[in-house]
Amino acid sequence: MLTLTCPCCGVAAEETELAPGGEAHLKRFGPGASDEDFEGYLFARKNPKGVHFERWRHAMGCGKWFLAARCTATLEVFGTYKAQSPEPPPEIIAAIKARRPDWKGYS
Amino acid sequence: MRRYSVFAVAREALRFHAGWGRAWAAPEPKRKYDVIVVGAGGHGLATAYYLGRNFGIRNVAVLEKGWLGGGNTGRNTTIIRSNYLQDPSAAIYEKARSLFETLSQELNYNVMFSPRGLLMLAQTEHEARGYKRTVHANALQGVQTEYIDAARVKALVPIINIEGPRYPVLGALYQARGGTARHDAVAWAYARACSDMGMDIIQNCEVTGVRSAGGKVQGVDTSRGSIDCDKLAIVVAGNSSVLAEMAGFRLPIESLALQALVSEPIKPAIDVVVMANTVHGYMSQSDKGELVIGGGTDGFNNYTQRGSWHHVEETVRALVETFPIISRLKMMRSWGGIVDMTGDRSPILSATPLGNCFVNCGWGTGGFKSIPGSGWAMAELIAKGAPGPLAAEFGLNRFREGRFIDESVAAGVAH
Ligand SMILES: Cc1cc2nc3c(=O)[nH]c(=O)nc-3n(C[C@H](O)[C@H](O)[C@H](O)COP(=O)(O)OP(=O)(O)OC[C@H]3O[C@@H](n4cnc5c(N)ncnc54)[C@H](O)[C@@H]3O)c2cc1C
Ligand SMILES: [Zn+2]
Repeated sequence: MLTLTCPCCGVAAEETELAPGGEAHLKRFGPGASDEDFEGYLFARKNPKGVHFERWRHAMGCGKWFLAARCTATLEVFGTYKAQSPEPPPEIIAAIKARRPDWKGYS
Repeated sequence: MRRYSVFAVAREALRFHAGWGRAWAAPEPKRKYDVIVVGAGGHGLATAYYLGRNFGIRNVAVLEKGWLGGGNTGRNTTIIRSNYLQDPSAAIYEKARSLFETLSQELNYNVMFSPRGLLMLAQTEHEARGYKRTVHANALQGVQTEYIDAARVKALVPIINIEGPRYPVLGALYQARGGTARHDAVAWAYARACSDMGMDIIQNCEVTGVRSAGGKVQGVDTSRGSIDCDKLAIVVAGNSSVLAEMAGFRLPIESLALQALVSEPIKPAIDVVVMANTVHGYMSQSDKGELVIGGGTDGFNNYTQRGSWHHVEETVRALVETFPIISRLKMMRSWGGIVDMTGDRSPILSATPLGNCFVNCGWGTGGFKSIPGSGWAMAELIAKGAPGPLAAEFGLNRFREGRFIDESVAAGVAH
């Protein structure tokens, strides 16, 4: 079972306590954006086989949103961090690089 | 190709079954093909088959990273139905279902199509109303379904608990010609027919890159070398985003794990397929006697073909309420597949931003039933470069234009 540590309350939460929220760090486009940008924001997903940044909510715990870095090919968890982060923080990037030396990096 | 028949069985019985040839060839890749299909699941193989059968395009290779039929095609619970709500879905799923009726004869291979009848239980007033609406829609679409009451459900499924404590059975959406087929046999039958037409099915050949020039596809790089092609079809279900990245575009797809399980074999107990979408589980009995069980997907992106335990628990819990007599059965095996989910729960059969590159994906939790229809429509799209009536509404542009084919209600559970 997947276990993620909630950065808000510090609990190591099991999957049944968590609600998944899809890809993290999507750039929002709204009124005035081009059709392409708006479509991309709503629908296009990286869905990588490997390192993935995603949103989770500690639904059956403190109720707060947070972000996680995880490998979709092995289910390894690299770390969790605050939902307010505009991009993955350096310590998360370092944790991923330590485990995946040939990872292309966050883009 | 040697035809399979009762005479062939008799002949082989007299000579120690030494004369059965290989069902399909194991060729080395050529340098170039007219069409390369990536992925030898049911959809890829059916695409190749109908390219040859309907359009005479036979210089075709189907490249498979593992063994043919080893993806979702060999992992699903084999439910076949066409009782969808929206017109474009009803058209392609009913085309597929009707092709299944004669597939064994057409391909000279027993795919064990068993139109044993399929029920989707209505267990809330909302669901009952929704299914009545579907029956009316199906009547207009020419798909034969009916709404039946609880007494008729009980007559068709004696082991069901109609008075379920939380969700009594109010009625059901019944498709008498829905049912099951043998999943492996569907892949094998198409593979054999493709090989017989001179097409190359190349297993253990992983596509690792897509080559293009001037906005048009040139060929692919594989674990068995570079191969050129005029046209490329990406038909890889849960791996669609990976291939799309190689080809330089993104898809509205997320890859999730979906699981199934089977019980120990028991005597015949249920001779229809029952789906219970409110409580989230479905069940049928295989010819071997195992109860074949499935439920919902996990919620997070996953490529490991392993799902979460609590989904198995939820599914079994729901089915024990619905069929109390199964509560003492042992479950023998469970497994997972990676399904390709779109936002509107409808598939994508489409041209792509890369010229001469086509994609067939997004069948998600329910694309076994559509294999013949999907192959039929995809072959037309590839051969003509533009979709025919079956594929027309399933293009990638529907997301930009807001023309969704919303089937998330009709497909409450994964099947
Ligand atoms: C547990 C479960 C239960 C299901 N139950 C039902 C059901 O009851 N009814 C129903 O209609 N549908 C059901 N489905 C859905 C159905 O299985 C799929 O929609 C369908 O099989 C998809 O077929 P496909 O040919 O597109 O994909 P697949 O059969 O997955 O074939 C894709 C192939 O592409 C290959 N591939 C991937 N990447 C590469 C690469 N880089 N190079 C070369 N080859 C590659 C894979 O190895 C694979 O063999 C279920 C699915 C699952 C997982
Ligand atoms: Zn918390």
